[in-house]
Amino acid sequence: MSIDRTEIAPRRLHPLSVRVMHWTNAAAMFIMITSGWGIYDDYVIIPGLHFAQAVRLGSWAVPSLLWHFAGMWLLAVNGLAYLLYGVFTGRLRERMLPIRWRDVLQTVRDTLHLRIEHDDLTVYNAVQKLLYIVVIVAGISQVVTGLLIWKPVQFSTGVALLGGFQAVRLEHFLGMTVIVGFVVVHVALSILVPRTLWAMLSGGPRLPGPAVRPSEGQT
Amino acid sequence: MKSPFRPTKLPDPRILDDHRPLIRSLERRGLIRGGLSLGALTMLTGCDVDSSASIDKGLRLISAWNDRVQGALFDPTKLAPTYPASMVLKPPKFNAYYDITELKPVDGQNWRLELAGRINDKRPWTAERLATLPQVDMIIRHICVEGWDYIGEWSGPTLRSFLERVGADLKAKYVAFKTADDYPSSIDMATALHPQTLLATKYAGETLADPFGYPLRLRMATKLGYKNPKWITAIEVTNKYPGGYWENLGENWFGGI
Repeated sequence: MSIDRTEIAPRRLHPLSVRVMHWTNAAAMFIMITSGWGIYDDYVIIPGLHFAQAVRLGSWAVPSLLWHFAGMWLLAVNGLAYLLYGVFTGRLRERMLPIRWRDVLQTVRDTLHLRIEHDDLTVYNAVQKLLYIVVIVAGISQVVTGLLIWKPVQFSTGVALLGGFQAVRLEHFLGMTVIVGFVVVHVALSILVPRTLWAMLSGGPRLPGPAVRPSEGQT
Repeated sequence: MKSPFRPTKLPDPRILDDHRPLIRSLERRGLIRGGLSLGALTMLTGCDVDSSASIDKGLRLISAWNDRVQGALFDPTKLAPTYPASMVLKPPKFNAYYDITELKPVDGQNWRLELAGRINDKRPWTAERLATLPQVDMIIRHICVEGWDYIGEWSGPTLRSFLERVGADLKAKYVAFKTADDYPSSIDMATALHPQTLLATKYAGETLADPFGYPLRLRMATKLGYKNPKWITAIEVTNKYPGGYWENLGENWFGGI
């Protein structure tokens, strides 16, 4: 006997687990970026570029370091859970692929003509897909370069591969700028299209298609 | 002179007597109210102080957990990369919790290295005697927790050879240091026994200059700069967590790289 499970558990755009991981990641990113700015200020990479105390987490370098090395666990564990979930449920492939350069160019053109319609939240446009992939790669890269800066002797081979200690430090800084750039666009667009923000809180529209994998049976 | 605002004709003081109970009750009410808001205020500040203190406590607990993670990540046989002599920075970089102008040089002639704790032979050492131990030279990268780095060449006996010579308990947890500049420090035994952990007496082939720890400093290839005390006056081997100058202010204790 088979039951139509779509009736029982309709699939939402953002299942609860994704929403929890999204907001956990937002908190972790906030901690890592603002405490990272506090650490950066002790020895700046770009002369003249300082971060004001108002945007730093931690009243001086040591509390900033304590926050950074606590937040790293939240970021890494939550990020790993998200990637494993995304790979094993097929969510990453479903949301991000396929991605075609032609579509990317078309979306950029549309956006430049101020056509930023987003009627169907369940389908990501090509630029969205690209940005999400970029920020996921940047997040993974931050964990790797962060680990190398933390343990440049234990992981000396990795440091040498990425160009030496100061090079890895610069790469860690650049990874941050990519993520901050993403956050600015991401937050701005979610404010322009508030339904997307609401969807990440409430779950969003129901998805067509099976609620369970085909192997589990479906009428 | 009387204030021009004072009435020339004062009211009968008995009027005040008539209303004294009312005034008292008002005062009492005010006192209660004032006491309540004062209480509320202390609760607020108390709350504030408590929450920031508990956040700090939580962060330090995670930092202690990170010490254990670093202890597990530390490979006692893994050597830090070494560099050619051409890359050595001369002189090295001075860094301390005070300015170089406040430096108090140590008199090497009268200097003695005191020993304490789980050590069999606690007789103090002189600089001449330290020079009789096998000397090791290493050109390694100094990495500061702030983010800067430089290549330096350090020589002296390994801390391991010294600890073995004085009959230290090599199963103890910590090796602690006291210094002439009041900069207590401590490290884990595994790092103390690492082949690139030196009791350095020389830099770039020359006797250490005053700003860099003359006559004796610790130099480890596997820890951040702040873990390397200068102007060492005493070494203690102990199982009781000794802390350190920056560590007591919240800096991570293990500080491994």
